[in-house]
Amino acid sequence: MSSQIGLVPIILISIGVTFDLVGALGLIRLPDVYNRLQAATKCVTLGTFLILIGVLVHSGWNAMGIKALLAAIFVLWTSPTGSHALARGAHIAGVKLWEGSIVDKYKEDTGR
Amino acid sequence: MDTLKRRLLDFVIYFVLWLLLTWSFDWQGVVVGAVLAMVFALALSGLLPKGAERLFSPVRWFWAIIHLISLLFWIVMANFDVLYRVLHPNLPIRPGIVKIKTTLKSDEAKAFLANSITLTPGTLTIDIIDDWLYVHWINVHENLEDAEAITKDIAGRFEVTLRRVFD
Repeated sequence: MSSQIGLVPIILISIGVTFDLVGALGLIRLPDVYNRLQAATKCVTLGTFLILIGVLVHSGWNAMGIKALLAAIFVLWTSPTGSHALARGAHIAGVKLWEGSIVDKYKEDTGR
Repeated sequence: MDTLKRRLLDFVIYFVLWLLLTWSFDWQGVVVGAVLAMVFALALSGLLPKGAERLFSPVRWFWAIIHLISLLFWIVMANFDVLYRVLHPNLPIRPGIVKIKTTLKSDEAKAFLANSITLTPGTLTIDIIDDWLYVHWINVHENLEDAEAITKDIAGRFEVTLRRVFD
């Protein structure tokens, strides 16, 4: 592993960081917890995934690269599950949707 | 699939995971990994759901790869969608929770459908009750009562591949 970072990892990690930034902006700008989770889940998943793949390309198939690959798969697999748990928990705990929301079938059906 | 085979499969998964995580192949490391994998495979109640023999079907793996490719494409689209909505000065959102009916049968298929929906443009699965998925949609359509069109819009593109992977 050389200390100099090649072009491909730089590009991957830069795009990843950009999407992470957009996800963070979405957390601030969007109105309620559900919309914020949308931004956080999508952007942070792809952003982190790309950063980890960048690490894999940079370090190659050694201990660090394999760990980065496993972490990337794990992030892709678990982050939507986590956001589902957060959204469901928030809804059951009574967090209201933003007042501009169109419809809430979940509340109609479950009464929660 | 009988219990012994399931335990053996668990053992193989734990052991391979150990080897990948430690990435050292001197004999001490391998022996410790084998012992630990055996302990976990015997002590825990099993890693895989019912019908684990589906793991050995190449056709299913082929469709899993197709699904993964389409999923990655939609994840990228989802990110540009969020980019557009977040950076637009007027914040163009029309959120709401809709429900869709899935035709998938097995629990694993439903779970992966829910995860895939969460990662695609503008949708976030909140809960699954029987065949109904409750989905938070950041840009709800005009024709709200047309459940079929909504289902097709949100879940249609994944049901095709997931049915071939799991059901």
